[in-house]
Amino acid sequence: MSEKVLMRGTHVIGEAAIRAGCRFYAGYPITPQNELTEYMAAQMARYPGRVFIQAESELSAINMVIGASMAGARAMTSSSSPGISLKQEGISYLAGQELPAVIVNTVRGGPGLGNIAPTQGDYFQATRGGGHGDYRTIVLAPYSGQELADLTVKAFEYADRYRNPVMILADGMMGQMMEPVVLPEPIDPVTLPKGDYILDGAKGRPSRLVKSLYLDPPVMEEHNWKLFRKYQQIAREITTWEDFMIEDAKLVIVAYGTCARIAKGAIRRLREMDLKVGMLRPITLYPFPSKPMKELTLKVKSFLVIELSTGQMLEDVRLAVEGRAKVHFYGRPGGVVPTPDEIAKHTNLIYHRQGLEGEDYE
Amino acid sequence: MTKKMIFAGFGGQGVLMMGYLLALSAMRDGKNVTYLPAYGAEVRGGTANCTVVVSDEEIYSPVASSPDYVVVMNKPSLKKYEGTIAPGGILFINSSLVDIEPNRTDIQALKIPVNELAKEVGSDRAINMIMLGAFVEKTGLTSLDSLEASLRYVTKGKEKFMEINKKGLIKGSEFVKRS
Amino acid sequence: MSKVIYKRPRYLKPNIFHYCPGCGHSIIHRLIAEVLEELDIGEKAICVPPAGCAVLAYNYIDVDMGEAPHGRAAAVATGIKRMLPDRVVFTYQGDGDIAAIGTAEIIHAANRGERITAIFVNNGVYGMTGGQMAPTTLPGQISTTTPSGRDLRRDGPPLDLSEMLAIARGSVYIERTAVNSPKNIRNTKRAVEKAFKVQLADLGFSLVEILSQCPTNWKMTPQDSLKHIDNVVTKFYPLKVIKDETGL
Ligand SMILES: Cc1ncc(C[n+]2csc(CCOP(=O)(O)OP(=O)(O)O)c2C)c(N)n1
Repeated sequence: MSEKVLMRGTHVIGEAAIRAGCRFYAGYPITPQNELTEYMAAQMARYPGRVFIQAESELSAINMVIGASMAGARAMTSSSSPGISLKQEGISYLAGQELPAVIVNTVRGGPGLGNIAPTQGDYFQATRGGGHGDYRTIVLAPYSGQELADLTVKAFEYADRYRNPVMILADGMMGQMMEPVVLPEPIDPVTLPKGDYILDGAKGRPSRLVKSLYLDPPVMEEHNWKLFRKYQQIAREITTWEDFMIEDAKLVIVAYGTCARIAKGAIRRLREMDLKVGMLRPITLYPFPSKPMKELTLKVKSFLVIELSTGQMLEDVRLAVEGRAKVHFYGRPGGVVPTPDEIAKHTNLIYHRQGLEGEDYE
Repeated sequence: MTKKMIFAGFGGQGVLMMGYLLALSAMRDGKNVTYLPAYGAEVRGGTANCTVVVSDEEIYSPVASSPDYVVVMNKPSLKKYEGTIAPGGILFINSSLVDIEPNRTDIQALKIPVNELAKEVGSDRAINMIMLGAFVEKTGLTSLDSLEASLRYVTKGKEKFMEINKKGLIKGSEFVKRS
Repeated sequence: MSKVIYKRPRYLKPNIFHYCPGCGHSIIHRLIAEVLEELDIGEKAICVPPAGCAVLAYNYIDVDMGEAPHGRAAAVATGIKRMLPDRVVFTYQGDGDIAAIGTAEIIHAANRGERITAIFVNNGVYGMTGGQMAPTTLPGQISTTTPSGRDLRRDGPPLDLSEMLAIARGSVYIERTAVNSPKNIRNTKRAVEKAFKVQLADLGFSLVEILSQCPTNWKMTPQDSLKHIDNVVTKFYPLKVIKDETGL
């Protein structure tokens, strides 16, 4: 195992991508993720056969990634919210053409130009497709420097395994923050298996076609069902979450990313006050950990969703618990990051308003 | 034990380097750390600050709403952060540039005339290391040896750099020992 | 003894073209297939077809094909070529695709000197979507969105995309040709061949703009559409070498 390094989040993603065998990166400047683009500009040049391009727009960047992916390369692009909106066309094509690619969204405030502070306002866009058509993007939500590294490697693995775009949802705080990280072992891209769909010239084999056009409705229908079955398989195989102090919990906080981290700080304080609060932290936002959440309703009747938005993941939690538990919400949109104290205070209020504490004495 | 601290001042005073070097040393000592620089609009107008958390446990929030220690290298930073310090916390003031007194009585204030001390070291560029030396001497969050090793790692052994910065660290530390 | 005077080029699939009678796309497909065979580059060619009438080009041209979103062919081709620098990568784009929605992509690909070749089929209309105005629609020309003719005050004049791309420093070879007569067809074939050679020699970005007839949307007989190119279209878009810095 390699030693710990102290690295900025954006650089961790870049270095982990390079070590995962990323051979192509295209980006376009946007704050707060410029350090990732700059890192790739500097580092990709050090490896023969790897390419960095500063594209003329996010639209071009994602389409260059489509091309590189067609050519069989592990490829990545990154941006922040407004740029991710522009990439949605390409992400839809990647999904339709079943091409692997990794897209990093360092989410910032919105809608519109918004601001550059950490928010979670792009949850719907990321998990609901964002672009047009009946498709899903795998969405990973790291919450620490180490997870930025680990999930970046996973992102490339999942993208290849399922031939599907994978999005990493981070935010400016995670991107700027430095934490000790153990970087993954480097993979030599030439050792990666070559897909049987890639375009590299029809030498000694029939010509290939990568497309998303299916003019005949029954054929398109079958393509859609095929994608659907793939998404089901993805849900079975990679749904990931973390349980935190959940065994005896009477109230379970659901939060991801930066927000989950701060909520953990709040839970520590609440536990000191003898409140039985735990957390379920989704690590894959798509596929969403609906099953464990539903199972939890057998013993937990009160959930608190905390997001840096006005309530987006909230809908998935409600769908998951199917009315078997009460779902509360605490949201801070716009780039305001609540303190552990604020979250603790709010949780305390709900905890007592619900009479959870008194239940044992009834 | 978890300690949260903020380093603040003008851009160019080496404020971010102070926080980074402390975080790096503490990490190399085996502690958990986070280092969060202010970015974007927050740093316009020439101010710079960063938040460092050092802990024996897993660190949850990298933000410090009530820091244990605050280092202010200029007047605006004193105004901005004095009120946030946790009761019993320590405020490190660059008294060469900050000529006003703190209002709080429930915290400890330590004045270090870093610019004057820098003259004794022989380089203005050492001001951040002088402050860091003083900070570490007072808080014991890491050791001078550890800082020096981290410095060597960061400067990749550029000797000229090393010498001045090392002198700065020692100067700051001695200043605290004497006072 | 009999002599072969006609055969299907190796890289043309034995499918019946779906194009309208008199359409230029089928001629251009065949020319490309012939050049791929003659230069013996079919096994290392990768084509990026557009959204447009030629969206089904993969049913005819028998090389690896990767479909691009409307207008983005040059960016997709860039990604492929950068990963496979020794392959021959070309886009096939209509005028709407390359000169309206895809202008940013093509200008920057040309300016970067991407070692790709663009086959730009200029038929003066949006064919696939039913004959709307294209950036290349001529002044006064009737289309479904210019029912009383292209109005220069309202719609602006036709765009000289190839001339614009010639200004880009990374482009080295740009020529405008047509496929409305045997002579022009032969000349187009020569130009396409040269464009691929430019790529093979790693010289820079190359593009052939091919004026192509669209009798259906021009509301003309195929014969009239051929004449229309000589009499009207080439007056606006003269056939010529627009840029040649290849030394070939
Ligand atoms: C984003 C997007 N907008 C619009 C379309 C619809 N569309 C398909 S082809 C096309 C234009 C075709 O015209 P041209 O590029 O001139 O090629 P032609 O069909 O004439 O050969 C349009 C607008 C699309 N596919 N995608």
